[in-house]
This record gives sequence, structure tokens and C-alpha cells, in this order.
Amino acid sequence: MKILVAVKRVVDYNVKVRVKADQSGVELANVKMALNPFCEIAVEEAVRLKEKGIASEIVVVSVGPATAQEQLRTALALGADRAILVESSDELSSLAVARLLKAVVDREQPQLVILGKQAIDSDNNQTGQMLAALCGFAQGTFASKVEVAGDSVNVTREIDGGLQTVALKLPAIVTTDLRLNEPRYASLPNIMKAKKKPLDLLTPAALGVSTASTLKTLKVEAPAARSAGIKVKSVAELVEKLKNEAKVI
Amino acid sequence: MAILVIAEHDNAALAAATLNTVAAAAQIGGDIHLLVAGANCAAVAEAAAQVAGVSTVLVADHPALAHQLAENLAPLVSALGRSYSHVLAPATTAGKNLLPRVAALLDVEQISEIVKVIDADTFQRPIYAGNAIATVQSSAAIKVISVRGTGFDAVAAEGGNAAIETLTGAEDLGLSAFVGEELAKSERPELTAAKVIVSGGRGMQNGDNFALLYGVADQLGAAVGASRAAVDAGFVPNDMQVGQTGKIVAPQLYIAVGISGAIQHLAGMKDSKVIVAINKDEEAPIFQVADYGLVADLFEAVPELGRAL
Repeated sequence: MKILVAVKRVVDYNVKVRVKADQSGVELANVKMALNPFCEIAVEEAVRLKEKGIASEIVVVSVGPATAQEQLRTALALGADRAILVESSDELSSLAVARLLKAVVDREQPQLVILGKQAIDSDNNQTGQMLAALCGFAQGTFASKVEVAGDSVNVTREIDGGLQTVALKLPAIVTTDLRLNEPRYASLPNIMKAKKKPLDLLTPAALGVSTASTLKTLKVEAPAARSAGIKVKSVAELVEKLKNEAKVI
Repeated sequence: MAILVIAEHDNAALAAATLNTVAAAAQIGGDIHLLVAGANCAAVAEAAAQVAGVSTVLVADHPALAHQLAENLAPLVSALGRSYSHVLAPATTAGKNLLPRVAALLDVEQISEIVKVIDADTFQRPIYAGNAIATVQSSAAIKVISVRGTGFDAVAAEGGNAAIETLTGAEDLGLSAFVGEELAKSERPELTAAKVIVSGGRGMQNGDNFALLYGVADQLGAAVGASRAAVDAGFVPNDMQVGQTGKIVAPQLYIAVGISGAIQHLAGMKDSKVIVAINKDEEAPIFQVADYGLVADLFEAVPELGRAL
């Protein structure tokens, strides 16, 4: 079966982000960018399904600026077969991205679509569920285990308080949680090979999708800093402070 | 203007996160209706009718909603949602799973994990793992919003007297089926509802040593959490994880034991009222956010703490 994996270019998770002085957003100039970690897990899961002989082709898609081709090449080096970039330099809402991905799903007709559960920049955790709704597909969110069996897929989900397993009719949407797998590193030969794999460019206009949004970010601020308190010398002093000063025990 | 709040429950009891979400609805202002969707969930509906500030409880009791699968529940919520100005759900795994599906069916954008209500259209929410706070305004006809519980003080679970109305129209679309679940059983409070949390990090060295924390936690009536490092090292299961990739908590007292204080952990607990750090490395970043820091070997300090309580 064909698997579609959607990925996003985000600020590398090791970068300490800074808010711009004019409060218009987060500083992105000269900041290291990377494949969103949850998306990397999505690519890895697709590659493992191909290695098991379940998947026949992996198409990786990103919606974002022209520079997102770097992240698509990373996904190709990890084992995806071909890539699609829906190019837009605007900051798009999750619903707009879901509409664009729906148009790609219509063209590609995958049996399984795998996405990260959220991007670590906007932290929305929406796109996969929205895409599932727009396509009328079942959804297995926050997956820690994915088992394809015939015309359905069993997804074990990380929920508050434990794990839940659901059986989904294919085609279906899966969003990844951290413990689904540990992504591999791309080998140098695979990075070289990835440069020759096909990468198609599309635009929202070519897909006939409007990306207009009803959401407006008025400002972005640094969170209130928490100041360091005091060091206590002993457990006895700690207990005394908690009882009499903080009054929390 | 009326606000629809989706209640979180397990068909037996109303989850505490619902009360925080009702609090956010009360700040937006308007008539508050609480939806209880499940199977054999009459007891939950009775409890929901007691929640302070709720005028109407809508009950959808149908076998297809037994496990609140998003595929079956979202069409019901979106059909209902058209009559409301706002649709709110707790930003729990259940709410996060359901709500974007509802928003897309309504063809509106969602605002995730608000921590503050500015006015009926404008909200604050953390982005970049809490390293920035965005103020977002929506001009959507229906505002679909998930609510981070730690941002709002819960409303009273009792004192209300809402009317209970029964809804019909649920059906099994046959897209998905519940297979099973494994829930961790614990006598201790849930992490997100606990007033006191004791958490362990990589410094605990192994899973067995968490027994030290369980002892202290039981004396304090506390929940036990862990850093991602401790989870990744296999000391404890993932559902104990506090942090951006785990649970977001804000108890009255948070005791971090053997936790260095990685950004991703701080994002999950820095809104706690009082933070205590016990770590033998006095340079550990956790001390920069701790109200009370104790530089000590946890294997001596924790048992001593147990005796002192």
C-alpha cells in the first residue's frame, strides 16, 4: 500500500527560542531549522512498514517555504521514495494545512497517512485530526504502536492514564507520539541518493485551496520569568519553610 | 451567546478537567451548556448538573459513544455546535483527539490550549513549549477552543442545578472500533488533579528507587511524576511523565527529586505554586526556578524528609 507522510520544518528542538523585540513573533533569522521530531518519527514508522513489506511506496509531503525542501530531502534520505512541497511562505493555520493535505490525499490516494501529533513551534496538535475529518477517514492519534492487518490498522494510543487500542478501517490517519519508535540516522550514501529522488513543487493555488484564516496573532511575548528562590541547608529547614512560610504542607 | 463545553468522563464519574474548562467558559461569559456523551452515563449527567454555573446538561447516551471514539462523536458535537458561539473541551488526550475533528467538520479554525481569556474573541496560549505566549484573536463564527486546565481554577463541582436534556441521533459510522485499554491502576491522585506532586528524574538511578518517592508521596497525599529522562531510561511508565511531551501540571507544591531541569520538563511544571528541588548538583538548572532548593544526595534527603513529615 501507499503511505503518505506529512512533515513540517520547524526551529530545531535544541534551540532556545527568543521572542522578537516588537512582539510580532519568535526570532527565526539565522536560527537552525530541522524536521519536526514527531514528523521524523512518522517518516521512520513509514520506512519500517516498507521494510516489513507492508508499504510499497512512501510519499512525503510538506507545506511550507521553499527552504522546506531541506527537510523533505532529510525524509528522502531516511527512506521516503518521493517528495511533494506545497510551497507557501505564509504562516498557515492547521485548518489551511489540513485542506492542502486533503487535496494531496485526493491526488495520491494513500491507504495510510502518518503525521506527527504536533509541531513543536505552534504546538497546535490539530492537523492530523482535521485531515481525518476532511477526508472522512478514521484517526489513530498519539500512536505508540501501529499494526496493519488486512484492510484495517490497529493503533495503540497514549491516553491520559494509560493506553487505548483501536481498530481503524483503511484508509486511515495516524499521528505519532514519542514512543512509537526511535528514528534512525540517515547514512551518507542515503543522503547522496536522496538528492536524486523526485521532488515535486505545488502551490495552494494549483491545488485550488484557499488558505485564508480567521485567526490573527496580536502579539507574542516571553513568559513571565520565575525567579530563583533560596537554598535551604537541611531537610529540617525545608520542612519548616514549607509549613510556616509557603504553608503548602 | 451560549457556550458548549464537552464534559470529560469515563461513563462513571465526571473528570476534574471539566471543571477547569467550565471556569474558562464562565470567563468568556454566556449561558453554559455541558455535553455528556457516552453510554450508560446517567450518573455523569447527574454530577454534571451539579456543576456551578452550568445551565443545561445535554446527554447523548448511546452504545456508539461508549468509548467516545472521535469518528462517532465529532459529527454529533459539530451538529450541536452550530447553535453556539463557542465550543470548549479540556486539553486532555480525549479533548485533543476530538476537538480538531469537530472544528474541521464545522469548517472553522481551532485555538489550542488557551491559558487565559482576554475577551470573547481573544485568548492567550503557550507556543514553543511554553517559551513564548501568543495572544490570538479569532473572527470565526464559532470559536472552537481547547483549554489547558492549569490556566483556570476549577469551578465548584456542587451547588449548581442544571436542567438535563436528552439528545438523540448518535450512530456508529463503522470507521473505528474500540479494541481494549490498559489503564495504570493507582491509589494515588491523578497527576493533573493532584495538589502535591513528587517527581523523580534520572538521579533516581532505577525504577526500584522510586519506592522512596512513593513513601513520601503517600505521606503528603501526593501524585508521583517523572522527568522524560527517567521515562526514557525505563525507570517508570510514560504516563508518569511531566513535561511538554507529557503532562502539564500546576500543583500547590511540586517536589523535583534528582531532576536537572531540562527546558522540556520545566515547560510542564513551572506554573506550580511552590517548587522544591532536591539535587546533589548545585549547578542544576532546576534551582533557577525552585522556590526552595536543597543541595543534597537524594538517597539521604528523601528518607529524612519522610521522617520529618
